[in-house]
Amino acid sequence: MARIGGVDLPRNKRGAIALTYIYGIGRTTALNILAQAGVDEHAKVETWSDDNIREISRIVSTEFKTEGELRSEVQMSIKRLMDIACLRGLRHRKGLPVRGQRTRTNARTRKGKRKTVANKKKVTK
Amino acid sequence: MARSIKKGPYVFHKLLEKVMESKTAKKKSVIKTWSRSSMIIPDMVGETIAVHNGKTFVPVFVTENMVGHKLGEFSPTRNFRGHSGNRKK
Repeated sequence: MARIGGVDLPRNKRGAIALTYIYGIGRTTALNILAQAGVDEHAKVETWSDDNIREISRIVSTEFKTEGELRSEVQMSIKRLMDIACLRGLRHRKGLPVRGQRTRTNARTRKGKRKTVANKKKVTK
Repeated sequence: MARSIKKGPYVFHKLLEKVMESKTAKKKSVIKTWSRSSMIIPDMVGETIAVHNGKTFVPVFVTENMVGHKLGEFSPTRNFRGHSGNRKK
C-alpha cells in the first residue's frame, strides 16, 4: 500500500492518475513528480518499488504544499479577503460567485440548492 | 491580463500627490477621490481615503493587508437590501 502525503493511493491506477488523488496535485504536477523521480508515468501504483515510493513521497513532502496545509492556506486567503471587506471578500461572505459571474440565473455551485420562493398572489381585476 | 511590472502600479497622479502631502502633514484628513481604479500602495497605509461609489464617498481606512488591491474594491457600487417578501424574524 502506497501512502504518500497522508493519502492512500489507489493501487490499480496509473501513477500519474493516482497521484492526483492527493489534494494539491493535478495532472501536470503528477507528471513532473514522476519524471523527477524517474518513474514511468504509465506504471501502475502496485508496480512501484519501495524506493520509488520513498523518492516520490520525498518530492511531494518537500516541494509541494498538499492536503491540510494547502487547505488551510486557501482558507487563510479567503479569510484575509473577508477581513479587509473588499468586494471579493463580501462575495465570499454572502456565498455568491466571486469573479463577476451572473447571478440572475445559474450560479448554483455557489448559491447551493434552489430555494423556491412562493408565488406572489396575482392581482385580480 | 495582469499589468506590466515595468509600468509599476497605477495610481491617479493627483491622488498620489494628495497622499504624499497628507503623509507629511501633521493633521490627517480624509482624501476624497473618484479614482476607483487606483491601486493601493504602501504609502497609503494609515490614510483614510473616501472612495466614490457613484453616489457617495465611502471612507476607507487603508490597512497593510489592502496593499495591492484597487480602491474601488472597498467601495461597493451596489446595495442589495433583499427581496420584497424576504422579511427575517
